[in-house]
Amino acid sequence: MALVLNEEQRLLQDTAKDFLSKYAPIASLRKLRDEHNPIGYDPALWLQMTEMGWASVILPEAYGGLEFGFLGLGVVLEESGRTLTASPLFASAVVGASAVLLGGSEQQKQMLLPQIASGDLTLALALEESHHHRPTHITTTANMQGDDFVLNGNKCFVLDGHSANKLIVVARSSGTESDSVGLTLLLVDRNAKGISCHRTIMADSRNAANITFENVIVPAADILGTVDNGWSILEPVLDRGRVAIAAEMMGCALEAFERTVAYLKEREQFGVQIGSFQALQHRAAHMQSELELCRSVLLQALSTVDDAPEQLPLLASLAKARLNVLVKLVTNEAVQMHGGIGVTDDLEIGFFLKRARVAIQIFGDTGFHKDRYATLCGY
Amino acid sequence: MEDLDQFGLDVRDWLEANCPTSQRQPMGPEDQYWGGRRGTFPSEDAKVWFERMRDKGWTVPEWPKQYGGGGLTPQQSKVLKNEMKRIQARTPLYGLGIWMLGPAVLEYGTEKQKQQHIHAILNGETRWAQGYSEPGAGSDLASLQCKAEDMGDHFLVNGTKIWTTAGDKCDWIFCLVRTDPNVKKQEGISFLLIDMDDPGITTTPIALISGESEFCQTFFDNVKVPKENLIGELNKGWSVAKALLVHERKLMAEIGSDSPRHILQPNVAAREYLEFENGKITDARLRDDLVEYDMLMQAVALTHFRTFEEKSNGVRSAAPMVMKYVGTEAEKTKSELLLAIMGSRGMGWEGDGFTPQEIDTTRLWATSKVMTIAGGSSEIQLNLIAQKVLELPQR
Repeated sequence: MALVLNEEQRLLQDTAKDFLSKYAPIASLRKLRDEHNPIGYDPALWLQMTEMGWASVILPEAYGGLEFGFLGLGVVLEESGRTLTASPLFASAVVGASAVLLGGSEQQKQMLLPQIASGDLTLALALEESHHHRPTHITTTANMQGDDFVLNGNKCFVLDGHSANKLIVVARSSGTESDSVGLTLLLVDRNAKGISCHRTIMADSRNAANITFENVIVPAADILGTVDNGWSILEPVLDRGRVAIAAEMMGCALEAFERTVAYLKEREQFGVQIGSFQALQHRAAHMQSELELCRSVLLQALSTVDDAPEQLPLLASLAKARLNVLVKLVTNEAVQMHGGIGVTDDLEIGFFLKRARVAIQIFGDTGFHKDRYATLCGY
Repeated sequence: MEDLDQFGLDVRDWLEANCPTSQRQPMGPEDQYWGGRRGTFPSEDAKVWFERMRDKGWTVPEWPKQYGGGGLTPQQSKVLKNEMKRIQARTPLYGLGIWMLGPAVLEYGTEKQKQQHIHAILNGETRWAQGYSEPGAGSDLASLQCKAEDMGDHFLVNGTKIWTTAGDKCDWIFCLVRTDPNVKKQEGISFLLIDMDDPGITTTPIALISGESEFCQTFFDNVKVPKENLIGELNKGWSVAKALLVHERKLMAEIGSDSPRHILQPNVAAREYLEFENGKITDARLRDDLVEYDMLMQAVALTHFRTFEEKSNGVRSAAPMVMKYVGTEAEKTKSELLLAIMGSRGMGWEGDGFTPQEIDTTRLWATSKVMTIAGGSSEIQLNLIAQKVLELPQR
């Protein structure tokens, strides 16, 4: 377990910071939004990111990866949270890659992971079926028909669902509606016959889609893991995703906070800098304290992925819940402390506010993770 | 590194041979030994254990050998602490002398002062009290009025100090005194050591809302103090005190990370005082409060751990600056949560209508209110974070 970054990780962090602030600042996201970009991210930028190895950070060397582990991934995600960079990094290089890594056959790994690493292939996880995260609550069906599965159902809030090349679909092959047993993960081309995809425009100007499956034929060879046992892969994949999105949220919170503290030193009212008022100082100092607590939780959760996976469920829920609360507090305060300009679209603070709220919904809100943590603690 | 491994093995053997079994168990306040002329050992084993550790110089393992310390390097000291923790060996000697005065004397004291005081602290001969706050100088500590007049061959001290922890059990007190009333308030303060048996000193315990009276008020009435008892330069006491406050706050913050034996934990209390159904607490609001608290405590514990790792890796962060605030606020949250879980059983004060543990819990709840006031209140902590970490403008 490490709660401090090593030299290699700090170097990666510096590189990511330099690159993203130069080539993918928030102005880029604004541009994608304003021109109604159909993909929602810049493929040329993603190619550069993969060339720097960011899609290979957590992959083993055997599959063309850098094997830097989750602490390494965390620093990149955190920096991308500062710049709110839209890219397939989370959906494909973290969630998709983890599903293949943890659930795929040797052949699937050999074939898919190097393509994910190079950016030639992007994946998206088609999981949610309602407006709240309920990962075992699956009604999309995968029924055997000869040597194939037939997929039917509706998915929503599929991150990068409209732009990914392939989908990992969580479907029910047996059991009842909220059973964790009876789930199967299927790998399917997004353009396969019977799939209709509708991109949803969300507050954060990032990318998600609603997807309908109507008698989609999937060869039995294209499942990840084994039939009915999808949960044993899905749960750790979701936990990795939760820790990863928590890292992004840390960057989002830090950047919004630092911009706000800078504004407190710049803005003058009543003839003095507003940062000299104790009412604002105490709120800022309280946020600093919460940031410090979250920093420790995040580092521990990231290193738990690699060093103590048996503790991951507890740490992932801790990290997601605490970061949910932090990012909500900080972005609300950021808008409030900026006053009038805080609610203008011209100022970038609003982008952090909106991204924070969408990120809170990804893979479980605060209530979901508090309930899960309590259950894991036995009460 | 090899030497360190060998040291670890030696330490393990020595502890195995020398630490009595009774001294390898979680402890409560009544098991602590604080030394001093009026000090008593909680048990014969505690005495044996203290004496063996004292003879090794390991009551404060990192202090220099020439003054009776263990002379261990920080790495060796960490090894020793880990080995002690491994067998749950108790801390043999407690005291403000170890935590606060000792570091000040070692940093600012003369050779003679070191010879006089460091030995006595290590050997448990003197128990120290802290004389900072006054009735009129709390958060605004620098406005203190207790004065020490230069009488040529000695100082004449008049005034009062308040919130002196266990002042009635201590032998010596380190005080901040006003030595120049005519300059900016921080610049006229000196750091003075006073023997509490000197004529003209009286100490009275203060009854608190918890029913305890661990704090005292000490009065100085024409007390003669030798000039050699000044630590550091005349009128430079404020910088000595500031250096020491860091030690105190660290200490206060760490109190939250201890889990002494008989203190009830909220998740344990929940099993006893709340209804469960299918493994879940039925009161959804209390269940939510409990999980909120457990998550907070895990975050606090991880942050303690992180500050420790950062220190050993030479990494600087703002984490140590926030620990007093978050640690003590968390303790208050815990006490309020325990009361909520225990309902009216968490309101027992004395007598046989409640278990001793229930009464302890109520009283600890009242005590917990002290934590966010003593050692720099939460509001002062937030001021400091705003100034030192965020560098916000001052008025």
